[in-house]
Amino acid sequence: MSDLLFNIFAVFTLATAAGVVLYRNAVNAALCLMLSLVGVAGLFVGLDAYLLAFLVLLVYAGAIVALFLFIVMLLDTRGDPRPTLHKLPIVARILAIGLVVAGVASFLTRGQLPSPNIANVPALGANLKLYAYQLFTTYLLPVQILGFLLLIAMLGVIVLSKKFEGLEDIK
Amino acid sequence: MIEFYTNLHPVVQGVLKGLAVIMVIFPIGGACSMAERKVSAWIQGRPGPNRAIVPWIAWVPLVGPFLQRLGLFHVMADGGKMLFKEDALPGHVNKFYFVLAPIIAMIPALTTVTAVPFGAYLDQAGKVIPLALANVDIGMLAVFAVSSLGVYSLILAGWASNSKYPFLGGVRASAQLISYELSMTLSVVPVFLWVNAPGREATLGFARVVEFQSQTGFLGGMWFVFLMPVSAFIFITALFAETNRQPFDMPESEADLVGGFHTEYGAFKWGLFFVAEYAHMLIGSGVFTLLFLGGWNPLPWIPLAQVVEWLSALTPLAAHPLFVGVLSIGIFLGKVIALIFVFMWVRWTVPRFRYDQVMEIGWKKLLPLSIANLIFYAVAIALIQK
Repeated sequence: MSDLLFNIFAVFTLATAAGVVLYRNAVNAALCLMLSLVGVAGLFVGLDAYLLAFLVLLVYAGAIVALFLFIVMLLDTRGDPRPTLHKLPIVARILAIGLVVAGVASFLTRGQLPSPNIANVPALGANLKLYAYQLFTTYLLPVQILGFLLLIAMLGVIVLSKKFEGLEDIK
Repeated sequence: MIEFYTNLHPVVQGVLKGLAVIMVIFPIGGACSMAERKVSAWIQGRPGPNRAIVPWIAWVPLVGPFLQRLGLFHVMADGGKMLFKEDALPGHVNKFYFVLAPIIAMIPALTTVTAVPFGAYLDQAGKVIPLALANVDIGMLAVFAVSSLGVYSLILAGWASNSKYPFLGGVRASAQLISYELSMTLSVVPVFLWVNAPGREATLGFARVVEFQSQTGFLGGMWFVFLMPVSAFIFITALFAETNRQPFDMPESEADLVGGFHTEYGAFKWGLFFVAEYAHMLIGSGVFTLLFLGGWNPLPWIPLAQVVEWLSALTPLAAHPLFVGVLSIGIFLGKVIALIFVFMWVRWTVPRFRYDQVMEIGWKKLLPLSIANLIFYAVAIALIQK
């Protein structure tokens, strides 16, 4: 039962993720992204990581994609016609082919992960206290750096979007 | 009877339980729409709806006219009207999303119910067992996560309608909902800091919150609305904004946006938005009751178990789980309905904010206040629970 659900959610996640790339209408693409994240949350539930599942829903599906949609609606993009392939410069084509070949080759040669001993893997996604404890001890530095990055991004947006005319505006 | 139920397949049991809860929420939603009209009328000093009546009930003396004055049959009339009205689909809309939006409105409204316990019973040992569709550890987070998906229905309705007023309504709605979600989430953190006392297993479930409000002693029996008044205030203010109720009903705001995001909607599709709004109010009030008003405990410092003890001194029947369950659900629903009355009361008391005021209250007042509140309680709880 749970294996079947896991497979269904996996297919669902991949199909909607493909929709994000393939749809020309930006609203369709944004909604596919939302559905894909719901699918990821479903996968987490299948793995007993309820906390992560609901965090994905709350942060990504609930807030961030909603903001995407908000921006798409404000800009009212109809989707530009895609540049046709024959206009691409030759360097870009070679680069793209090279990247695809490198990606497939690396997947084929090193794609197998050693299967870990399940008993030794800490269930961080399931236990609330353990998760929070790890977040504020072992992973404190990444959390702080990420927070700092977000702060920088926010300040950047304010600087870029606000028109400073004279010195009085900065105060 | 009970054996027959417990012998059913778990999936069938779950479906039955879910249906039972939905069957309660829909009529209460309908009754709320009626209550809204009656309370509005009462506050404005007019009779309100008092005409509709079913013929053969009109023949009953005394009771018939009384029910007519109460306006009970307007619920049926409204529902019937919404169902049988022509379901017009404007030509200029994006049809797929236009039809999808009201359906999306219902999904989070009904899904959040699963994580909200609505009553309790005592088992043989006198331990309080909460009644819920899914009494999960993650309770509060699940409610926040799923209800945050409700914003999509407003955005999509506004966008798919493909005209100016709905679009403005949709844009306002998404900005408002995302702004107030922050303060709302931060305001409940002190509650969960307090109930996750050291040495106990971590949980975000509501059962623990109610358990902490039904302990003995002065501090133990105190409802969190007294212990954390600022949190309760921020939560209920954000709840008004999240459910699009006045004074925060920017997305609708019929004075300047005709009907806001649902201007182009009619008949049953409009009705679904309406029911979803009331379902959100019901669940929001339920969560507020659990967090700050002691859940199924009848009065502050008097927990449910105490009342059951007193009642079972009178009659042994009172200790039966069924009786306790019905009693606790009754107490819980009573509080929820009282809160819904407050929603309606505020509607006719506080005038609607301007949009810039809504944003200013959200970002410049509530958010700093909730952060300060969180820091204060984090320090205080760390000192007390050490």
